[in-house]
Amino acid sequence: MNGPHDMGGFTGFGPVIPEAGEPVWHHDWEPRAFALVLAMGMTGSWNIDMARHARERQPAMTYWRSSYYEMRHYALILQLVELGLITAMEEEQGKMVVPPKPVKRVPTAAMIPGILASGGPANRPSNRAAGFITGAKVRARNINPSGHTRLPRYARGKLGEVIAVHGTHVFPDSNAHGKGEDPQWLYTVRFTARELWGKESPDSVCIDLWEPYLEAAQ
Amino acid sequence: MPHDGHHHDHDDEGSELSPLALRVKALESLLVEKGYVDPAALDVMIETYETKIGPRNGARVVARAWTDSAFADWLKRDATAAIGSMGYEGRQGEHMVALFNTPETHNMVVCTLCSCYPWPVLGLPPVWYKSMPYRSRAVIEPREVLKEFGVSLPEGKDVRVWDSTAEIRYLVIPERPEGTGGMSEEDLANLVTRDSMIGTGVAKSPA
Repeated sequence: MNGPHDMGGFTGFGPVIPEAGEPVWHHDWEPRAFALVLAMGMTGSWNIDMARHARERQPAMTYWRSSYYEMRHYALILQLVELGLITAMEEEQGKMVVPPKPVKRVPTAAMIPGILASGGPANRPSNRAAGFITGAKVRARNINPSGHTRLPRYARGKLGEVIAVHGTHVFPDSNAHGKGEDPQWLYTVRFTARELWGKESPDSVCIDLWEPYLEAAQ
Repeated sequence: MPHDGHHHDHDDEGSELSPLALRVKALESLLVEKGYVDPAALDVMIETYETKIGPRNGARVVARAWTDSAFADWLKRDATAAIGSMGYEGRQGEHMVALFNTPETHNMVVCTLCSCYPWPVLGLPPVWYKSMPYRSRAVIEPREVLKEFGVSLPEGKDVRVWDSTAEIRYLVIPERPEGTGGMSEEDLANLVTRDSMIGTGVAKSPA
């Protein structure tokens, strides 16, 4: 979707403001909000692509005005309500009204270090043959899907060169919609700043793109 | 809970909680009441990213790459395994790539679509990394963004911006500063700033 999350190339959001000696958290509620998102993800009720898609489905003005942890909290509520794990009224009152739905697992404190250390690799075996090799000239397709995609708008229709082949990885455009992992070849594609932005520059941008986003170019 | 003088909640004064703080608290009670989360598990997650996982991990990786050419080669070939050998692995670092800065190329990492960041080596991302200004501008005007970090690149040095759109996570290996010939790995690690491993800074020079 062409949502508010697809930020690359915008101007008008002001300067980047680094903060000297930045603390991990800026408000007391942030660590709790952070951990709730992580913990609910660990129940196996959704995958990472569904979580990202819930964030980008926030209304644009909410997305842009909210802090990171705030935006993630709203997306968490959206997912919980959509799946019927809580109701909107329960969220408002902070009290259970309807009984819980079963979830796949509820990790205990003792399980957390192991879960964090093993992570969730995204590479998957596939019988598909790679369509491109390093050095191949490719064009990012001009697609504007209504669902989740990880092809940024600023790269669509642009010509680049494959500089790395990463094997087959879970395809977010499918996985975010519960349509399976559909592993696809993942490449790093380098685009010159001249191609992307039409300016004289020696600089470039490297983007990780799945095969369905790309077509062969001369 | 660290109190750090950085509170910006205008309605978070005294014992009054902001509407958002109340909402987070209410959701936690609800999710605990429903049995979906274990509050003790939340504490372990928070403690992990407050005290155990942070940019000192990445700094040790960089210092080793500077002093051990076999390790640097391993990082170039298989950063996930090389970094994993130092005990830094897992969530948001499952597929690592190390980007070596050179006299010709400066690398800089962004996630324009969300806030992807290599947690096992750098910890949780700073606010600016997740902010709209950085996410929007890093790809279109990286040199202007670098200037806001006080970094001006010499003529002839190209900028390569890496947009983390997939599950590959990037760690920049900054150039080793001049005059650090005899320094220990530990002293070298102290010169490696978090920003130098994102590519919005360079390593510090020895005092």
